[in-house]
Amino acid sequence: MPDITRDEVRHLADLARIELDDAELDHLAPQLSVILESIASIADVAAADIPPTSHALPLTNVFRDDVVEPCLTAEQALAGAPAVEDQRFSVPRILGDEQ
Amino acid sequence: MTETLLSFEDALAQFDPAMGLEVHVELNTNTKMFCGCPTEFGAEPNTQVCPTCLGLPGSMPVVNRTAVESAIRIGLALNCQIAEWCRFARKNYFYPDMPKNFQTSQYDEPIAFDGWTEVEVDGETFRIEIERAHMEEDTGKSTHVGTTGRIHGADYSLVDYNRAGIPLIEIVTKPITGTREQAPAVARAYVAALRDILLGLGVSDVRMEQGSLRCDVNLSLAPAGSGTLGTRTETKNVNSLRSVERAARYEISRQAALLAAGSTVTQETRHWHEDTGVTTSGREKSDAEDYRYFPEPDLVPVAPSREWVEELRAALPEPPREKRARLQAEWGYSDLEMRDVVAAGAIPQIEETIAAGTTAQAARKWWMSELARRANEQGVELAELPVTPAQVAAIQALVDAGEINDKLARQVFDGVLAGEGSPEEVVKARGLAVVSDEGALSEAVDRAIAANPDVAEKIRDGKVAAAGALIGAVMKDMRGQADAGRVRELILEKLA
Repeated sequence: MPDITRDEVRHLADLARIELDDAELDHLAPQLSVILESIASIADVAAADIPPTSHALPLTNVFRDDVVEPCLTAEQALAGAPAVEDQRFSVPRILGDEQ
Repeated sequence: MTETLLSFEDALAQFDPAMGLEVHVELNTNTKMFCGCPTEFGAEPNTQVCPTCLGLPGSMPVVNRTAVESAIRIGLALNCQIAEWCRFARKNYFYPDMPKNFQTSQYDEPIAFDGWTEVEVDGETFRIEIERAHMEEDTGKSTHVGTTGRIHGADYSLVDYNRAGIPLIEIVTKPITGTREQAPAVARAYVAALRDILLGLGVSDVRMEQGSLRCDVNLSLAPAGSGTLGTRTETKNVNSLRSVERAARYEISRQAALLAAGSTVTQETRHWHEDTGVTTSGREKSDAEDYRYFPEPDLVPVAPSREWVEELRAALPEPPREKRARLQAEWGYSDLEMRDVVAAGAIPQIEETIAAGTTAQAARKWWMSELARRANEQGVELAELPVTPAQVAAIQALVDAGEINDKLARQVFDGVLAGEGSPEEVVKARGLAVVSDEGALSEAVDRAIAANPDVAEKIRDGKVAAAGALIGAVMKDMRGQADAGRVRELILEKLA
């Protein structure tokens, strides 16, 4: 089943903001197919008695109380930012991606 | 670009509107959804952030129990089923309002689903089906720097992550159909009803102007009577009740013009412009919708026990609509009176004033005339006036005791609102008490009779209605500080 098409790879690359040229797409699409096939083989091993899981631990309801904890200072928060203005993170202009 | 519009009436003659409303509610928890950062509105930029809400490597989210509890209570208040087991999911996208490059949300496993609520428009009840209410987190706040102040044409953007991670509940309706020309009013009534329910639950500040309640309006048109659904647009961030109604109305006129001209509606996000009252095209939805949701591996599932859910259900407050109906019956207000009270947001004030011993009619009189007028003049809400229900009750008690009359009571309100102290203190300080000195009152009546012999003659002849002129003269003489009823009695005694 898992045969990922060239177009799907292009679409994924667009979503991930990775620029791929035609040669790279030709190269990567089959590789990704192999990876998907390898992962799909897990399904063959998992019998009906093994439920699908999204987490390694069989836990539910891990909560914290609604109590304020210390946070970073603005100086600490912004320390790693490439650019800062008005105590805010300065980011390149955003086009066509608005939420 | 100016859009062609069809008049609302013409649009409705040809098309049936269908709406879907998505409301985002910011919860009023002390801390964020997944970390212990505070959630105060208006803090200095980037002072309520930590490694978790900044998405720094190695940080791990932990779910806020109170936020889950609020989500369940909202679901229950909207007559929803509560999931026995549900997960968070990552909604992946590239936009710097979330430093993690994803928003933690819920995808196909919302905590609450399949509910309903009812709203009333012009005496007609509309049932709104709720598809789901799910938990997620708010995003950071971007300020676009450039000539336009909007995203388009911006040179760069500045981001404040104080809001990133504040618990949000997104409440989504099923398509609302069959509302015809009432569609815009139903949309508004729904958001207003939701606001009241949330306020009653105490789970959110529900301040639309501060963004703690935001509405996206999905709207489509189909040929009248066809029973189908057309292509929809999603108008984002409509942030006042009035705008919800206006935006729905505008989209009906805009889409109708396109369809009537044989064109098509583009499925897209649209932006609402409060100032001009129009929507403009945002991005097209098709491709951009690919958020590659997957279960959040850093959070374990939420599986609320049925005991917890039932405990929360048992503690729900009385639903606002039922409460209103009960209060109206208890207070004996007419439909019109009650509608005005609701519109003025005066229910809590009147309720407390009555609880402090005032009659329902007197409580309504002060809050809906005297105080509503003052609030209106100052452009504030009734609740913001510096007068308490207890003080209103105290003023009415002074009236009932005959110590002041209604006219003097207004001056007492002046004093209380000006911060001169309690009603009793204002009465004393301003010398507002009704003159109960019978001698002084009797002399004033004599003076009035002497000054108006013709009026006095009429009363002697039995024209009791003429007494009004003499009462007015006496009240003026006494600078309003007399009991008009007692003055009338004295006049009639003297002229019998």
